[in-house]
Amino acid sequence: MSQNVQRTFAVFVEDKPGVLNRVASLFRRRSFNIDSLNVGATHEPGVSRMTIVCEADEDKAKRIEANLYKMVNVLWVDDLTYKQSISRVLALIKVKCTRDQRDEVLKICDVFRARAIDMSPERVTIEITGPQDKVDGLVSVLRPFGILEMVQTGTVAMTRGVEEHDLAHPTVPASRSTAA
Amino acid sequence: MTPANPKLKNRIGESLSGANIIWESLVREGVEVCFGYPGGAIMPAYDAMIQYPIHHVLTRHEQGASHMADGYARASGQVGVCIATSGPGATNLVTGIATAMLDSIPIVCITGQVPSHLIGSDAFQETDITGCTIPVTKHNYLVTKPEQVAPTIREAFYIARSGRPGPVVVDITKDAQQQNCVFEWSDDEIVLPGYRPDYAPLAEQLEEAVELIQNAKRPILFAGHGVMNAGATGALLEFIDKTNIPVACTLLGLGGFPASHPRNLGMMGMHGETWVNKAIQDSDLIIAVGMRFDDRVTGNLKTYAPNAKKIHIELDPAEINKNVRVDVPIVGDARAVLLELLPHVDKCDRKDWLTYIEEIKGGSSVRDIKNLPDLGKLYAAHVIHDLYRHTEGKALVVTDVGQHQMWEAQYYKHDYPMKLLTSGGLGTMGFALPAGIGAKFAKPEDSVWIICGDGGFQMTQAELSTCAQEGIKVNVAIINNGFLGMVRQWQEFFFGGRYVATPLLSPDFVKIAEAHGLTGIRVEKRSEVEAAVRKAEETDGTVVIDFRVEQEDSVYPMVPAGANLQDMIQRPEEPGEQEHNPIFETGEDN
Ligand SMILES: Cc1ncc(C[n+]2csc(CCOP(=O)(O)OP(=O)(O)O)c2C)c(N)n1
Ligand SMILES: [Mg+2]
Repeated sequence: MSQNVQRTFAVFVEDKPGVLNRVASLFRRRSFNIDSLNVGATHEPGVSRMTIVCEADEDKAKRIEANLYKMVNVLWVDDLTYKQSISRVLALIKVKCTRDQRDEVLKICDVFRARAIDMSPERVTIEITGPQDKVDGLVSVLRPFGILEMVQTGTVAMTRGVEEHDLAHPTVPASRSTAA
Repeated sequence: MTPANPKLKNRIGESLSGANIIWESLVREGVEVCFGYPGGAIMPAYDAMIQYPIHHVLTRHEQGASHMADGYARASGQVGVCIATSGPGATNLVTGIATAMLDSIPIVCITGQVPSHLIGSDAFQETDITGCTIPVTKHNYLVTKPEQVAPTIREAFYIARSGRPGPVVVDITKDAQQQNCVFEWSDDEIVLPGYRPDYAPLAEQLEEAVELIQNAKRPILFAGHGVMNAGATGALLEFIDKTNIPVACTLLGLGGFPASHPRNLGMMGMHGETWVNKAIQDSDLIIAVGMRFDDRVTGNLKTYAPNAKKIHIELDPAEINKNVRVDVPIVGDARAVLLELLPHVDKCDRKDWLTYIEEIKGGSSVRDIKNLPDLGKLYAAHVIHDLYRHTEGKALVVTDVGQHQMWEAQYYKHDYPMKLLTSGGLGTMGFALPAGIGAKFAKPEDSVWIICGDGGFQMTQAELSTCAQEGIKVNVAIINNGFLGMVRQWQEFFFGGRYVATPLLSPDFVKIAEAHGLTGIRVEKRSEVEAAVRKAEETDGTVVIDFRVEQEDSVYPMVPAGANLQDMIQRPEEPGEQEHNPIFETGEDN
C-alpha cells in the first residue's frame, strides 16, 4: 500500500443538470472523502471543469479515476497530483482593524500579495489568491487582529504545460496502470 | 434497429405523442414483452400501448416488475424492460434495480413522472426517482419533452447493454407523454463523448500474462459472470483444453464453464468446495476472468492466495485493484482476451498439480451430504440433488437467497451458461419467483424451476397470481425449513444458538397454490421427491411443491465472513452434531 497523499483531479464533464450531484454521489458512495470541489465553465461550450481535491493512495487514486470515467457525463479526468501544475484558491477575509493598525495590516497584505478591497474605520476586507498554504499563512498572521468573517473558494488547478485534452477520446486509466 | 415487425406501420416523420414514441422506440429496440404496473403519471403511455406489438405483463408489485425484467435479461442476454408510475410505483422498483446493478444486468426502467411544471412542488406522487437511483443505476435520465423520448430511450438501451451492463432508468414526465412532436428515429451508431465501453487490452499486459501462465506450476482460473456476459464459454473451453488449468467458478459464473468438464473444480468462496478453496490458497497463479473478488469469495484478504501472482481479466477498469492487488490487469472483453492469449500459451498436462488437487478432493468430498445416508429424513441438499437428476441438469433454475441458494449452487450441476439465475451481489430475497417468471417469457421452451425458501417465497408470492393470469408454467420448489434458514445457521454458529426472529410460520403453500387455481404438492419423504418432480413437469400450469425439509440443517462447508479461506467449518460426521466453535465467532455481517 502506498501513502495517502492529497490529490488534485481535473475533471471535465458535460454541462448538464445534475452532473455535480452524480459526481458528489460517487465520492460519497465509495467513501472517497472530498476536501474541496470547484465547478465552473470552460472555454468550450457545453463542457464544465471540476477541480476535486481529496486524499488517496495510488490504488485509490486509480479507482477514483476509473470510477469517474464510468460516469456517462464525465469526459476526461486528469490526475494533476504529480504533474507540474498551478493551483489557486481565492479568499475574502474581513478583519478588525483600527486606524492605528491599518499600516501594519496593509504591510502584511503586501508581503502576501493580497489586496485590501474594502475599508471602514473599524475593519478592512482583504482579497487573496494563491495556493492554499499561502492563504492559510495570511489567515494565521491576521488572526490576532480578530477575523470577523472569511470565505474561500475551492482549489482550481491546471498544469503548466499545454495538455492535449482530446475530450472525445479519453485515455483509459486502469489499462495503462502498471501494478507495483 | 428498424422494426422487424411487419405489424408496425412506419410512422417516422409523423406527429406523435411522447406516449406513442415510447412504444415506437421500444419496438425498434426489439422489445417484445415488458413488465409493469400502471398509475396516474404513466397512464398516457399505457393508453398508447395497445397500438403496439408488445406484450405487457401486469405484475402484483413493481418490485416484481423489475425482477421480471432482470430475469428476462439474465435468461435471454437481451435488455429487460419494466414500467411503473411515479412516486410509489417508481420507488417499488428500486430493490430490483439495485439487484440488477450489483449483478451487472441490462434492464431499462421506464417511469412516469409528474408534469414538468409541478416538479419540485411535492406534487401528488412525486418522487425524485432520478435522484434516488443515481447510486443504483448505470445511468439515468429525466425526460421533460416529447422530442427527447426517442433519443433517450435509444441511449438508455445502448448504455444498459454495452460494456459492463447495468440498469438504466428513464423517468418521463406526464406532459412529455401527452404532447406531440415529429417522431424521428436514427439507426446511426450512438456516440456519447463521455462513454467508452470498449476497452482493448494492451500488448505488454498480454505478454506479461503469457509469461506468468507459461511459468506457473500451480495455476487456477476463475470463471465469473463476465465469462457469460462476454459469451466467452467457447473460448474458455479452448483455453482450458489446451492449458489444462483447473477452473473454479463464482456463484454467478456457474454454468459459464461446464460443471461436468474434468477441469471444473466447482464453486469457490464462503460455501465453495473445500478443495477449491484449498487449491486457491495453494496456487501460484490466479487468472481471474470476469469476476470482482467479492468478499464472499476471498475471505480474509490478508491471507488470501498468499503465493499466487494474479492476472485480472476484467471489462471494468474500476474493478482493478479494488479488493485484491493484481500483478497483471487486463482491461477488456473476456472472450477477446482469451482468444488473444490462446496461441501464445503451450499445451501442458499439469500432472503434479492436478494429482495434488485430486488428493485433497478425495478427502473432503467424503463428507459431502450427497454421500451421506438420509436416515429417513428429507434433507434440502438431497432434494436439490434429486431435482438435478430428474431434470437431467437441463432446467433453467432460478434461486432465491439463503441456504437453499447455496445448496442449489453445490448440488445442481450446471453444464450450460445462463441456466442458473440468482441474485449474487445484492442477495435479494424475493427475487426468485418474479425473476423466474421473467425468465419463462424469455425462454418459453425451457423447463423453469424456481427454488426458494419459505421466507423468500413469501416476500413476492403475490406473483403467483401473475403466473395464473398469464397462464404461464413455472415450477416452484419451496425448500420449507420453517426458518429464515441462513440467518438461523449464523445464529447457531456465531450467536450462541439464539434463534432471534428466525422461526417462521408459513401458510399452507399447497392451499396457496390452489387458491390461485394452480397445483400444489407436498413432499415430506425423500421417496416422494421423484414423483413430485415428474408430476410438476407433466402438469400444465404453474406448480408449487412444498418440500418439508430438515429444519436445522446447515450449509457446509463454510468460511465464516472475514475468516481465512482455508479455515472452513466442515459438516459433522453425524448430522446435527455441529459444535459451537468459538474460533469462528466473527459475527461480522450477514
Ligand atoms: C430482502 C432481504 N432481507 C433480508 C435478507 C437477509 N437474509 C439472507 S438469507 C435469509 C434467510 C432466508 O430464509 P428462507 O427464504 O427461508 O431461505 P433458507 O435460508 O431457509 O433456505 C435472510 C433473512 C436478505 N438477503 N434479503
Ligand atoms: Mg427457510
